[in-house]
Amino acid sequence: MATEVSRGITVSEADRRAAQRRAVRRRIGNVARYTLLTVLAVIVLFPIYITIVNSLLTPSQIAARPPVLFPTDPAWGAYADAWNQGSMSRYLVNSVIVTTLIVAGQIVTATLAAYAFAFLEFPLKRTLFIVFLATLMVPFEVTIITNLTTVVNLGWYNTYAGLAVPFLATGFGAFLLRQAFLGVPGDLRDAAALDGYGHLRFMVRVAVPLARPAMAALAVFSFLGAWNQYLWPLIVTKDARYRTLQIGLRQLRATSIDQVNVTFAGVVIAALPLLILLVIFQKQLVRGLTAGAVKG
Amino acid sequence: MTAVRFWNRRRREAGLGYLMLVPSLLVFSVFVFYPFLRNFYLGFFRTPPFPGLPQRYVGFDQYREILTSSAFSNSMRVTIVFALLTVPTGIILGLVLAMLANQQLRGIGWYRTIFSSTVATSVAVASVIFGTLLNPQVGLLPWLGISTTPSILENPKYALLAVAVTTIWQNLGLSFIVMSSGLQAIPDEIIEASEVDGAGPVPRFLRVTLPLLSPTVFFAVVVGSIVAFQSFGQIDLLTQGGPLQKTNVLTYAIYTALRGEQNEGKAAVLSVALFLVTLVLTIAQMRILERRVHYGD
Repeated sequence: MATEVSRGITVSEADRRAAQRRAVRRRIGNVARYTLLTVLAVIVLFPIYITIVNSLLTPSQIAARPPVLFPTDPAWGAYADAWNQGSMSRYLVNSVIVTTLIVAGQIVTATLAAYAFAFLEFPLKRTLFIVFLATLMVPFEVTIITNLTTVVNLGWYNTYAGLAVPFLATGFGAFLLRQAFLGVPGDLRDAAALDGYGHLRFMVRVAVPLARPAMAALAVFSFLGAWNQYLWPLIVTKDARYRTLQIGLRQLRATSIDQVNVTFAGVVIAALPLLILLVIFQKQLVRGLTAGAVKG
Repeated sequence: MTAVRFWNRRRREAGLGYLMLVPSLLVFSVFVFYPFLRNFYLGFFRTPPFPGLPQRYVGFDQYREILTSSAFSNSMRVTIVFALLTVPTGIILGLVLAMLANQQLRGIGWYRTIFSSTVATSVAVASVIFGTLLNPQVGLLPWLGISTTPSILENPKYALLAVAVTTIWQNLGLSFIVMSSGLQAIPDEIIEASEVDGAGPVPRFLRVTLPLLSPTVFFAVVVGSIVAFQSFGQIDLLTQGGPLQKTNVLTYAIYTALRGEQNEGKAAVLSVALFLVTLVLTIAQMRILERRVHYGD
């Protein structure tokens, strides 16, 4: 009896010591983890941080050694210069217009095509679906030669049409939405037909609302694609009236060589819209970016 | 009677189906298939040295000439090295950050936001930032004790590496997001079960996490390589293909042929090459990786 009790005490004593040791080890582990995370976070953020700092310094401060790592006397003038003389305001408007046209266009054309593939029966359906998928095998870069000629011949050089029309359809989007539409229960279609719903009404009132997550993913995906375009806007624009932000930034850097702070301010202006959207729509963004990456 | 109505409905449905495909098919034919196919044709014609002169049909001569030139093999080599520098490193760094951020720690949300933040940068934004930071006059490298004569971006040894570092940083947020979602898709029970089995962290990662993560890694390798082979903006903003052609990737060579040299025939041949390389790459990766990838059941 006594031995058993004493053994019980020893066991719990040993347990307590082990638990204590584990707690200490966990605390040391946590300190190490936070240190590592923080070091990596600083490295990742540093280029963005130094850009913001430099946009608030004068050119001579930027060139100073050792570098100024904190703006004690921030000069906001570079933002006004980039925004006005640097035409960043115009570029921003252009990017918003072109991106809106492309996103809206892709959603409409992809929804129509996906609906046809998911709900309608017609000859050559499989072949046409393969044609849609085949567009994914053609990198846009290999089409620019003739697309440039086409756009010039249509009178669309240096216009919004030239920037947006080549991107108004998407094989990827049609594929993504078709998968989502296939998940709409067949019973719903039958019930809707009994209620006298035609295909168009069923698409707008039932199928599209049910496919909202996929729609949002497509919107994010095409938004980022359109917003970040570089090669095509570089080729089909020639002046500030139609240049997008990305190409505008290139122009700004070339014209403000003596004022690096203006270039840095332009970088901040160009990155800010996406940064704000990232904070607001983090969840949709992640879903859009990973569409297709993970099974299920 | 009913049969007639049935067939009418079938025909109307087919009509509606085609009608719904027309907008997409129109854009695809004009801006994807036609320009794609026309490349093969354009490659048969030599562009005259002065505009206005007639184009000359040369058959496969132009293909042979360009594809066997040392400039082309240089571009291919540079493009492949660039992909090798950026894709594996980008995926590994994204995975390391994702594993570190996939822990139950207070304030981990902040770290996740920071690690995904470069998703908000475009190629142009990243390139202008790094281009300015690497600039010998206003950049930070001389202060860090790194010699910048000649400047990094004009040094044949380091220019491509600098472009690669810029690209890796710009893509890090995306890589982190993709890898994180892959990790989160792994059921906790599986990891816990292997912990109970007493497997250490390294074997656990190699035998449990990595195989389950392989579809995500597979996706990242395929998409990442294709994107790497189409990189353009960072070259245009940082090096313009130089110094000594050391960063003249295939896409930049197409751009120079088209805009700089005004040589459509040459640009077309290079475009055909870019397409074939991308195609081979995609098929090869699908074949090789699909066999090793663990897709679960």
